[in-house]
Amino acid sequence: MDPSHAANAAIVTHLWVIPAFPLLAAGIIAVTRQSGRKLATVCAVGSMVLALILSLVAFGWVLGRDRGGGELHAVQNIPWLQMGSQSLDLGWVLDPLTAVMLVMVSFVGLLIFIYSIGYMAHDPNYTRFFGFLALFAAAMLGVVIANSLLFLFICWELVGLASYLLIGFWFEKPSAAAAAKKAFITTRIGDMGLFLGMLWLYSSSGTLLFYDHGQGCLEVGALAKLAGQTTLVGMAVSTGVSLLIFCGAIGKSGQVPLHVWLPDAMEGPTPVSALIHAATMVAAGVFLVARVYPLMAAGGPAPGVSTALTVVAWVGVITAVFAACIAVAQTDIKRILAYSTVSQLGFMMLGLGVGGVAVGMFHLITHAFFKALLFMGAGSVIHGVHEEQDIRRMGGLRRFMPVTFLTYAVGMMALAGVPVFFAGFWSKDGILHAAHGWQVSPWPFWGGLFGALLTAFYMTRQVAYVFFGEYRGATRRASSATAPAVSDGHHEPHDGTPHESPAVMTGPLAILAFFAIGLGFIGTPAWPWFQSLLSWRPVDHLELGRLFEEGGAETMALSILVVAVGIGAGWWLYGRRPASSATELDVLERHQPAVFRVLREKFYVDEFYEATFIRLNDRWAWFCVTLDNWVWGGLVLVISYLVLGVSWLDRLFDEYVVNGGFDQGCRGIMRGGTSSSKLQDGNTQTYLRTIGVALTALLLLLTWGCHQ
Amino acid sequence: MGTAFCIAALLTLLGGVGSMCFRNLVHCAFALAVSFVGLAACYLLLGAEFVGFAQVLVYVGAVAILIVIAMLLTRNIESKHEPLVAGGWVMGVCVAVLASGSLILCVVNSSVVQGPVSARPTMSTRALGEQLMGDYVMALEGIGLLLTASLIGAVVIALREKEER
Amino acid sequence: MSPLAQCLSFSCLLFGVGLAGALTRRNAILVLVGIELMLNAANLNFIAFWRFGPHPEQLTGILFAIFSIGIAAAETAVGLALIITIYRHRGSTNLDDLTSLKG
Repeated sequence: MDPSHAANAAIVTHLWVIPAFPLLAAGIIAVTRQSGRKLATVCAVGSMVLALILSLVAFGWVLGRDRGGGELHAVQNIPWLQMGSQSLDLGWVLDPLTAVMLVMVSFVGLLIFIYSIGYMAHDPNYTRFFGFLALFAAAMLGVVIANSLLFLFICWELVGLASYLLIGFWFEKPSAAAAAKKAFITTRIGDMGLFLGMLWLYSSSGTLLFYDHGQGCLEVGALAKLAGQTTLVGMAVSTGVSLLIFCGAIGKSGQVPLHVWLPDAMEGPTPVSALIHAATMVAAGVFLVARVYPLMAAGGPAPGVSTALTVVAWVGVITAVFAACIAVAQTDIKRILAYSTVSQLGFMMLGLGVGGVAVGMFHLITHAFFKALLFMGAGSVIHGVHEEQDIRRMGGLRRFMPVTFLTYAVGMMALAGVPVFFAGFWSKDGILHAAHGWQVSPWPFWGGLFGALLTAFYMTRQVAYVFFGEYRGATRRASSATAPAVSDGHHEPHDGTPHESPAVMTGPLAILAFFAIGLGFIGTPAWPWFQSLLSWRPVDHLELGRLFEEGGAETMALSILVVAVGIGAGWWLYGRRPASSATELDVLERHQPAVFRVLREKFYVDEFYEATFIRLNDRWAWFCVTLDNWVWGGLVLVISYLVLGVSWLDRLFDEYVVNGGFDQGCRGIMRGGTSSSKLQDGNTQTYLRTIGVALTALLLLLTWGCHQ
Repeated sequence: MGTAFCIAALLTLLGGVGSMCFRNLVHCAFALAVSFVGLAACYLLLGAEFVGFAQVLVYVGAVAILIVIAMLLTRNIESKHEPLVAGGWVMGVCVAVLASGSLILCVVNSSVVQGPVSARPTMSTRALGEQLMGDYVMALEGIGLLLTASLIGAVVIALREKEER
Repeated sequence: MSPLAQCLSFSCLLFGVGLAGALTRRNAILVLVGIELMLNAANLNFIAFWRFGPHPEQLTGILFAIFSIGIAAAETAVGLALIITIYRHRGSTNLDDLTSLKG
């Protein structure tokens, strides 16, 4: 254990400040008027700068710790909800995984914030955008530092909320509002699984804290207990909980079958796509699996092999191949990148499943950088061709937008996995290497190779369509249906020719391109600095010989071959003779129209869902409405009639009994009065007689009464 | 009690009954006077001479005459065609009988009347005068006032109004 | 029956006669006559009690009787004056006709 756990370092106790800064910024921006742009910008960017500085401090602290004494998990827990003897605690943890993610999220987030200053400059809802961005950043950082599954879930839901707000940012557009709803509902379905898993975990192990000085649910004692218990179907409790938690990851990271929201989420502004759907939110699912990896790996026959991890690996490889196939046939620049993201997330899950935390996380980190780069480059392209998003109407843009082209090319090569110099190669190679050595089945390896091939292929296709050939967009302003007309205010030719984006947008592109190249080198087998950081082993020196051990040479050769084939095929079909007009059919479409149509229609998954689940839900909702109207409503109606009847009876009672009785009484008194008044008949002698009788009575009373 | 008292009592009662029964009003008044005289005799026999003579003076001499004058003034002397008594006279008689009967009953059963009989007292007028002027002077003055008031009142009430008729 | 009892019964009888007359005759004057008889009966009561009572030398009974006679005289005068006035206004001394105070 960490020898200094008795008194945590200052950075550990104050780790909560890192998400607090963007949250505070979001709060300030929420009460700022829409005209307070400068304030919003300063708050948001400033908070991210502070968060980045503190993240670097935390990273530095982690680097400085001694790696000899077991795993590093510096925790700070606070009791939150006391329920008798049990309590739900919240807390944060600072370990290598956290530190790496903190730096990545805050750095990429900061770059995207700066990029958004330029991209959203002409949007009337600028301040609202930055408020949502800050909220999202706070929530994501919260997910990263969480030491309690409950705290993670809270921030997870906040991330979902922020992504809903950001996807539906242009909510006046019905397609954007629908996409936001779809994203939220689809991830919600996954979150149900996560919630159930959380409940099960709490009831089985009694704690939701990950690390708690030996009592956390990811520590040895709890894991042994969970792996030992079995459920009705013979599955270990740890496997069941892991699978449920993985459901949440499926939803958030867009794995098959819950991937349908991610492409539609491109309705949001491009910085949103870059931040959320490339670098951070979708990575949250992968991060979750990495975080609870000890739980997933527990109970297996060999370390790193268990039922849960096998499921993760299979889901990952299926997603990778599925999404890559669909990406081949798309024509919207952002959709291609969206499906590419889904595919790469599948690769990450595959990496986690077969190779462990370090393998999957390395690809996550490198992917964050080059996918953000690609999205921001796409945003720059869209901005430059005046909001056109169809790649068939672009072309030859490398002449108009050189900086964008260069950075985009770097990103594309990193994604495709061009060897040695580009980060994607090393991270993807790590995954393939691990899949190659997987004992359970060889199929993920071949699937991963196929996916890599397709990745290279469709990226080449995209680059060829967009940057090579002749410009196919008309000189008119082609208003795309997917983005509202944003009036550009900066100097541009009014005849509609494309132009380069301003420096505030191309600057972050350049920075990310640098990282897309440089990050690869920290994770090569020759010098596995990243992997040893995550697994908390002492760093080995640079040793090229390690590149070729354990079948590594074979894997590397195969992956290089695959990349070459992919790029070559793409160039052969699309780059040699680029399309000359916007309406020209795709080459593949000409030769294989049926297959191409299936791919373009995304394997009809959305239609399938529409026909089954959505319709079922509709029926169920209709049934509930009928129930409400006729059964419960009928009940209410019956009761109301009952009450009416009682009140009618009451009225009758009041009228005839109470009033009538009163009236009768009054009449009786009147009659009594009438008859009594007959005593006074005016006749003196009657009075005298009455007096005489009274006298007699009095006399008798006195005499006989006294006698007694 | 002697025979004289019985005769006097009988005379009084007959006079009283008569004053209640005659149809002619003046006959009623005379019967009343007779009963007054009878009563005066009773007083004399009981030893209250002054009261007896006062009775004759006042009642017979003033009240009875007054009643006759009133009867004459109201011109309702003969009333042959109308009934003698008011409606419901049986009720009235019953009440009277009841009242007097219960009174007699009380008297007879009372213990007061069983006391010893004292000797015939001697009453001198002088003593009476002394009492009146001494102990009862206030009452005397009071009654004088009363008589004055009633005199004036009677005159005022019976005064004929000049404007009418 | 002691003499006192005899006297008292006699006065009660007289009272009854006067009451019967007051309650039955139609003429207002005769009601007054009945009242006179009743008053006289009461006077006789006083005298009887004086004669057969414990302290006859105090002349209480006699004085009471004298005052009673005086008052009766005054009352008769006023009453008859009233009857005369009523006769003048209503033209009748019949009690059955004098019912304007009917309730």
